[in-house]
Amino acid sequence: MHAIEKILAKNSGRREVRTGEIVTAKVDFAEINDLYLQTVYSFYEMGGEKVWDNTRCAFVFDHYAPCPDIKSAANHKEMREFAQKNNLKFHFDTNCGVCHQVMPEAGVIYPGMIVVATDSHTTTHGAFGAMGTGCGATDMATILMTGELWFRVPEIIEVRLEGEAPRGVYPKDVVLAVLGRIRADGAVYKAIDFTGSYVENLNVAGRMTICNMAVEMGAKTAYMQPNQDVLDYVSRRAVRPYEIQYTDPGYQYAETHVFDVSRLEPQLACPSSVENVHPLSEVVAGGPVKLDQGYIGSCTGGRTEDIAIAAKILKGKHIPAYTRLVVVPASREVMQACMAKGYIQDLMDAGATITTPGCGACLGAHEGILAPGETCITSTNRNFPGRMGSTEALMYLASPATVAASLLNGVITDPRPYLD
Amino acid sequence: MNTKITGKIIVVGDNIDTDQIYPGRFLAITDPKEIGSHCLCGVSEDIAPNFPKGGIVVAGRNFGCGSSREHAPIALLSMGASAVLADSFARIFFRNAVNLGLLPVICKGISAGTVTVQETGEALPCEQLGDQAMKILEAGGIKPLMRARFGKQ
Repeated sequence: MHAIEKILAKNSGRREVRTGEIVTAKVDFAEINDLYLQTVYSFYEMGGEKVWDNTRCAFVFDHYAPCPDIKSAANHKEMREFAQKNNLKFHFDTNCGVCHQVMPEAGVIYPGMIVVATDSHTTTHGAFGAMGTGCGATDMATILMTGELWFRVPEIIEVRLEGEAPRGVYPKDVVLAVLGRIRADGAVYKAIDFTGSYVENLNVAGRMTICNMAVEMGAKTAYMQPNQDVLDYVSRRAVRPYEIQYTDPGYQYAETHVFDVSRLEPQLACPSSVENVHPLSEVVAGGPVKLDQGYIGSCTGGRTEDIAIAAKILKGKHIPAYTRLVVVPASREVMQACMAKGYIQDLMDAGATITTPGCGACLGAHEGILAPGETCITSTNRNFPGRMGSTEALMYLASPATVAASLLNGVITDPRPYLD
Repeated sequence: MNTKITGKIIVVGDNIDTDQIYPGRFLAITDPKEIGSHCLCGVSEDIAPNFPKGGIVVAGRNFGCGSSREHAPIALLSMGASAVLADSFARIFFRNAVNLGLLPVICKGISAGTVTVQETGEALPCEQLGDQAMKILEAGGIKPLMRARFGKQ
């Protein structure tokens, strides 16, 4: 069996599970973000009274942090009341950050667990050897009532990433290259196991970036076998004992895709589809792409490592007049680390706008919305029409290094000459 | 389940994501009627105001990709859609639709331009949904099933 199947088997009280089977599995942690007041409504509509376990579920207020309008404030108020009424042990209010960064930091994510959240990017937690998957409000309400959810045991695709990344090629570039080949629906209903020497040597932040984007290929969940970096991270934080699962030798994947990371160059997902991926050099060769806004943030590209590289590129320089660079640290912990290291000061000196940790403008809710006709380069996860504001704005997805180098020149720019 | 659904259709393309079905700027809204009034406005602002009651949305591959927002199927239902017919559906959208009793019909090979209108009488084969999805759809969604399970009829 695969590690993911072992997790599903363990949590559904079975010795084994087979691809395509429907199992009802215990959820180890459930998270509701602040777009999902409907979860509370569905909970009561279905006859819910108290959550099944007040130590295993939490709200994270990240999409509207802090609230931009009366409606979202009223939603927060109702959710806060629900959390208080149920005496939830964990509560992450508007001062914390993006759920997928906040949960691992708080130690509620660890290897071998099932985490379900009302957010598609819950695939992120494959970085820790956990099975993470997103669901809607009403599925979440059934979890809050029962502690369980039904799952179809997915086919598992192996994406083998071999070799060392050349200078200037970051995990975001690697996962964009994968996405360009597998396409936006290449892994629908399936799981992706990222393997290979590149993954074995990858740090926690990079692993999270890659697993995060698995859902952009349609994946139900992602997985990476934990390495020492992961164990160092979770052993300091985990709030429960955990058991790492291992894939049996000789496990037969539904498909295998092999990538030689050492041959990659920086990548871009061009407007307006995540699968419209091209090497950066190809885009630049087509003529200058003028930018109005750069954005560094989100559960994909707002971690300390991401902000560090942007600060390195921009230190002592300044972005051009009439452009803006919005930087949104993924969490309070990330922001504090970036302040301690001076990155925030360097970025502000370079003309960046720093906003509160959270989802920010990634989903077009607030703090960096695009006007019709504007062009943005961003370290986030989606460039769908209207994602960050106007449907007539254009978005390019890139690594934080590419975003920083591009904003420095006001046009899309290869970051490699700026890394010395 | 043996149900015949007849309705006027609107045709949209491939990879119609949740931001096009229901953009982020409206996510704080909780009133289903108001949610429905913005349905598919990322494709065209004209769709929701003119949508025929009981109509069917016909799409290409990967309908509903992107976010887990349940606003997407709520918007479709509230706009008056009786079903969505597509070459394929993104996973979370599919689950959300089934949970709310919105019928997702998988019709392989369908894409803009190959939809056959009623007058021709041509029948296109659709995929049989899994037992679990059918059980939920037959009950009218997950909510009646859960109410029954918890004795709250």
